[in-house]
Amino acid sequence: MENENIIYAENLTKKFGSFVAVNSISFSVKKGEIYGFLGANGAGKTTAIRMLCGLSTPSSGKATVAGFDVYKQTENIKKNIGYMSQKFSLYEDLTVKENITFYGGIYGLSDKEIKEKTEYLLDILKIGDAKDKLIKSLPLGWKQKLAFSVAVIHNPKIVFLDEPTGGVDPLTRRQFWNMIYEEASRGITVFVTTHYMDEAEYCNRVSIMSDGIIAALDTPSKLKEKYNANTMHEVFVKIAR
Amino acid sequence: MKIVEVKNIVKTFDKTTAVDDVSFEVEQGEIFGLIGPDGAGKTTLFRMLTTLLKPVKGNAKVLGLDVVKNYKQIRKKVGYMPGRFSLYQDLSVEENLKFFATIFGTTVEENYNLIKDIYILLEPFKKRKAGKLSGGMKQKLALCCALIHKPDVLFLDEPTTGVDPVSRNEFWDMLRKLKEQGITILVSTPYMDEASLCDRVALMQKGKTLSIDTPDNIIRQFKKSLFAIHSENQYELFQTLMKYEHRNTVFPFGEFLHYTDKRENISEDEIKNYLETLNLKGLKIKSVKPNIEDCFMALMEEK
Amino acid sequence: MPHEIKEISEISDFRGINDMKRFIGFLIKEFYHIFRDFRTLLILFGMPVAQILLFGFAITNEIKDVKIAILDESKDNVTREISDKLLSSGYFLLYDNLQSVKDIEPEFRKGIIKEVIIFEPNFSDNLFKTGSANIQLIADASEPNLANMIVAYTTSIITNYRSEITKSEDVLPSINTEIKMRFNPNLKSVFMFVPGLMAVILLLVSALMTSISITKEKEMGTMEVLLVSPLKPFQIIIGKVIPYLLLAFVNAFVILGLAQFIFGVPIVGNTILLVLESALFVIVALSLGILISTISNNQQTAMMISLGGLMLPTIILSGYIFPIENMPIVLQIISNAVPARWFIAIVKGIMLKGSSFGYIMKETFVLIGMAVFFIFLSIIKFKTRLE
Repeated sequence: MENENIIYAENLTKKFGSFVAVNSISFSVKKGEIYGFLGANGAGKTTAIRMLCGLSTPSSGKATVAGFDVYKQTENIKKNIGYMSQKFSLYEDLTVKENITFYGGIYGLSDKEIKEKTEYLLDILKIGDAKDKLIKSLPLGWKQKLAFSVAVIHNPKIVFLDEPTGGVDPLTRRQFWNMIYEEASRGITVFVTTHYMDEAEYCNRVSIMSDGIIAALDTPSKLKEKYNANTMHEVFVKIAR
Repeated sequence: MKIVEVKNIVKTFDKTTAVDDVSFEVEQGEIFGLIGPDGAGKTTLFRMLTTLLKPVKGNAKVLGLDVVKNYKQIRKKVGYMPGRFSLYQDLSVEENLKFFATIFGTTVEENYNLIKDIYILLEPFKKRKAGKLSGGMKQKLALCCALIHKPDVLFLDEPTTGVDPVSRNEFWDMLRKLKEQGITILVSTPYMDEASLCDRVALMQKGKTLSIDTPDNIIRQFKKSLFAIHSENQYELFQTLMKYEHRNTVFPFGEFLHYTDKRENISEDEIKNYLETLNLKGLKIKSVKPNIEDCFMALMEEK
Repeated sequence: MPHEIKEISEISDFRGINDMKRFIGFLIKEFYHIFRDFRTLLILFGMPVAQILLFGFAITNEIKDVKIAILDESKDNVTREISDKLLSSGYFLLYDNLQSVKDIEPEFRKGIIKEVIIFEPNFSDNLFKTGSANIQLIADASEPNLANMIVAYTTSIITNYRSEITKSEDVLPSINTEIKMRFNPNLKSVFMFVPGLMAVILLLVSALMTSISITKEKEMGTMEVLLVSPLKPFQIIIGKVIPYLLLAFVNAFVILGLAQFIFGVPIVGNTILLVLESALFVIVALSLGILISTISNNQQTAMMISLGGLMLPTIILSGYIFPIENMPIVLQIISNAVPARWFIAIVKGIMLKGSSFGYIMKETFVLIGMAVFFIFLSIIKFKTRLE
């Protein structure tokens, strides 16, 4: 079962009235993979992610996430995924500890587990001194790292990251990717969107969406070969234009 | 005349210092970039220059006018595009443009040649509400609105944040065309790769400037030799290099790791030989020229 | 000297036609906002209509077929005639004729009757010999408003009867007559609600909508762009205020029109005076709205302050629903600071009593004082910067 498709989508489509936001996309993501989900603004990324997270019902097509159907088993999907976005992830007016306790609580961790997790996270992120500080007083980089840790607090099968590193300084951005690698090596599948094209290179495979369809899908090196480009940035520009 | 002169400017909010003793000058016709992550103080600096905030210490002049005393005159002459594209979501593309033209006492026709190249891309959607535009189009419309009164200097606060690489490229093409028309542009961005598109840049971190120079000069100041290393398993390679006793820094950079050594005058063969003894497969190593992001991280580590 | 030319052009620009164009451009934009937000517009215009119809028809607050008991210790012609008047009015139904004071308490306990009317012994004799007789009204005050109303209705009917039979000296029944009732002889409750409703609606449109519209610009970041433009702060303020001033007036006319044509509420006094006084109140409300917008950074805060800080006192402390005279002294003092209190007094004066300016001068000056104070405060508080 090592190579099972943890995410599987076939002709997945979402229409809003006459507008087709996602036009029959098909792809699969393997367990433990870091999958880069790229695309221009308005290409349909957010809509696709919402369908996969069980927040929006597809218009047609098939998809399973962690083995559960996106039409009928959205509750099961939500228990097995983690989600983090640049815009919202932690409560600004709660402290670090309160945020961890809250998220641990809604994912059904026991008090003992929450306590252990809290200590572990404070230690590994080196923010023990800040445990009683409000989130809003922390630098963005810390917030994003903590938000990621909290998104995987319940050991989900998949974690969806929506532009997790936007505006983060280059050093912290790299520390963040180290954390992603660590989680992936523990078997968590990572599904990530980004506007930093160097980050696309860190992914095992990437797909590039354009006008509602997946215009390209492969490993970064094969994509560069195919589009005769030196960087993923060039690939992206060639496809999205 | 210097278009912008900033001397030892400081801005604090309660206990936090958002801008900490920053000085720089911008010449006529330059594209000047403020490069740094969120929280570096870029927006606060821009708000002081556009007279929206008063400095606590130091002073700043825009077009020779003091940002505190002569704020009314400055407001007539500058174009400003705040971080979030400040458009009226319930007005259409053309209504937004017309409104901004009117409040600056001009008409769309009068300065149409200035925005023509950009507006042509928006023309098919001119009846659409600004709230229904994609990020890239909002950005273009906001630029048109900031330009419509033909300002002497343009302040663009993070115009490309959250915008995809293609739209970002298009946006920079537009800025270069505006520069050719003699408009001085100050632009801030968290994307390090955009530094090379500016004439001069100030690298900012936590309210302070790390370096102010042309991108080339900043790169020249990078003292260490830099190597780009690739293997079949980058994560394994990264961990191996982190443990290497002579390692100075190692950072992932796309498909390569950028590596600097503690020793002087080290050759790529030496590193390659060391890595080969550890059975790393598909090794590629080459000496590379640093980019702004390398310099930024090196400067961050120094501080 | 190119510099001097610039100075001159700035001056001419300041006084010139450009300034006006800017302002009109701003005004047009404001109207776009208002007319595109269809839902808000619907609420703004639908609400006064809905409220006045509600007050007029549904919660008329008028009473009908209220069960009462009568304890007639006199049993003479006059008491019988008064009882007949009361029972034929349509407001009251006789539930029981009581025989003794002892029966009153158990009767109320049953919870069926709402009022007991007691005529003193020798009522008729007292009335005609001494010119004064006593009627005691005991009402079930577990529903205070209803009790008030019942007592007021009863009093009114008795007073009517009194004026019918006596031309010279008045009989003074030992009961309190609600002052307001004197000017609302048909006891139509909608009359009472119109002035209060006007105050609430005008305040809502003026203060709430203005504060929200200004804070919305802050929230969307467009205020930054407006500040960094040649538009002057007072132009922004006036531009924000004018559309809502107009809307408030449309609303005021709708309320008055409905009141007059559907419920026949008269405007006894001078209509122009009423319009001018309404304008004064709207100005107070608008300056409050601007003040709120200067101290709140987002629409939510503005809305909370407007609703909690303005609407609530306007509804509760202005005499709109609860009579000020019946409030604890502390609240009576506080009510002086509520602009609507003065406005309602003015409107009642003009509409129902036909008061001329002389009678409402005090209230008018209080409102003028408030307007000056709040405008002054908001000009000081309005920021030309972001801090």
